[in-house]
Amino acid sequence: MTAASPAVTAGSGPGRSQQVRSDARLFALATLARGRIELLQFFRSRDAVVFTLALPVVMLALLASVFSGTVGSTGVAYSRVYTAGLLAGGLASTSFLNLGTTIAGERDTGALKRLAGTPMPPAAYFLGKVILVLAASGLEIAAMLLVGHFAYGVALPASPGRWWTFTWVTVLGGTAMSLIGVAASSLPRTGRSAAAVLNLPFLVMEFLSGVFVPFTALSPGLYTAAGVFPLRWIAEGYRAALLPSGFARVEAGHAWNFEMMALVPALWCVVGLVVSARTFRWTKRGE
Amino acid sequence: MIETADLRRSYGPVAAVAGVDLQMRRGEVLALLGPNGAGKTTTVEILEGYRRRDSGTVRVLGQDPERAGRSWRARRGVVLQDNGDLDDLTVAECMHHFAAFYPRPANPGDLTERIGLGGCSAALVRTLSGGQRRRLDVALGLVGRPELLFLDEPTTGFDPEARRGFWSLVRDLAAQGTSIMLTTHYLDEAEALADRVAVINRGRIVACGPPADIGDRRQGEAEVSWQGPDGRQRVRTAAPTALVSRLRAQFGGEVPALEVRRPSLEDAYLRLIGPADGAGGGAGAGR
Repeated sequence: MTAASPAVTAGSGPGRSQQVRSDARLFALATLARGRIELLQFFRSRDAVVFTLALPVVMLALLASVFSGTVGSTGVAYSRVYTAGLLAGGLASTSFLNLGTTIAGERDTGALKRLAGTPMPPAAYFLGKVILVLAASGLEIAAMLLVGHFAYGVALPASPGRWWTFTWVTVLGGTAMSLIGVAASSLPRTGRSAAAVLNLPFLVMEFLSGVFVPFTALSPGLYTAAGVFPLRWIAEGYRAALLPSGFARVEAGHAWNFEMMALVPALWCVVGLVVSARTFRWTKRGE
Repeated sequence: MIETADLRRSYGPVAAVAGVDLQMRRGEVLALLGPNGAGKTTTVEILEGYRRRDSGTVRVLGQDPERAGRSWRARRGVVLQDNGDLDDLTVAECMHHFAAFYPRPANPGDLTERIGLGGCSAALVRTLSGGQRRRLDVALGLVGRPELLFLDEPTTGFDPEARRGFWSLVRDLAAQGTSIMLTTHYLDEAEALADRVAVINRGRIVACGPPADIGDRRQGEAEVSWQGPDGRQRVRTAAPTALVSRLRAQFGGEVPALEVRRPSLEDAYLRLIGPADGAGGGAGAGR
């Protein structure tokens, strides 16, 4: 370490007198700064990015090779059903799993405590996470749609109505899964255990929501019970946006259940928000 | 700058802070010393605004840290212990990021130069040495140009040269008018940097004053030692001058290898905090 130069100024600054930033400007600056840092940190862990994006794509390829043929009398190939299901699973991993593990890690390393020591508005931190989830989910969805389209002939949403379904299912579902992820970030005791702790409930939820096995192969009781998970309804929403309308007849209610697709994730938004607001900590447990 | 009266905080049956009265003046460097578990961290974190108190009054920069808002947080800087965050960012990115949170930030580039990290502004934080990393922590605590800086064990794990470099940095800051609250395990560090030291033990301040006046350092017995005909002689006495005069007469001039040592800060400190694990459990017992 070199010896300190003689003038480390913390008080009055030299020349360059700047204006005091207003509250609104500070809020905007802090939000932009957080968004930028989230993206920098995300894209700098390049291996994590590649593997996160690749996981649902590889799963799709594997599952589509195991379950060939079509679903019942619908004439719709399993691979196309899987594309919709793994889109939902991918969204859940770039929102729920992503936030649950990164926030747990940031709590463990002291990153959150350091931020809490600054005048950063807490909302800026969470808006930064929104930017992160948007970027990661956007990439994930693009990758899945491309592979689904070119490898398995999944048509992109064919009408404005279907695009609208695709969009609101993504936004509402992504919001619900993100808020649950923020709440769940307090469960692991350390940052290192976060992935292990969160993977079990995540995989169970994915399994029961028909991401890995065709939902038509799950027992009706289990699949009905899975109706409490937002992921089940996100998957159904993607099927409604991407599969032919005739497919609806093999759904649990023999029609697309748009009410539940909206209601269940919306309820989870409220639950996730309330639990997060009550339990979110900027410091480790016992600190 | 800082004023507390009868500050208390318990964790279950354990009184971590059992009535702390502390004053710190503007422009002062105050070192808070105490063994592990003495209530140092709890006290400082209450002052920083991280923790709540059970009772007592606290004023930091004229406000109660529990109620103070963002403009108050912008006026003080916090440098926490061992952070493991920011690994994937460069020094310059960190500086700009944290500067975004403050109403009147220092110029990040200038501050990086002045803190002695000018050569590594493009380096990833994970590649910095321990000393450089700690300088970055301090720079991030200073980027909002605080009136008051909290430094929590800033040189733990430093080699002696890095510690000296860090000390001169702190002295520069103090000379520029920044008030500094320092916690440390190193008594030489407190002696070198602090205008006053406060010794905390079992949740109370047991001594407070300039380092030279702590405990019995002024009045206590000095140790006089010299090389006698039968080897090294050591005498503890309240009147060292008289003893030295007698020795001078005895030796008829120069006393071989004469040394007069006042009680060191360490001697005084160790007497103040008593036996390391003496009373056990009983917080504040015997006071």
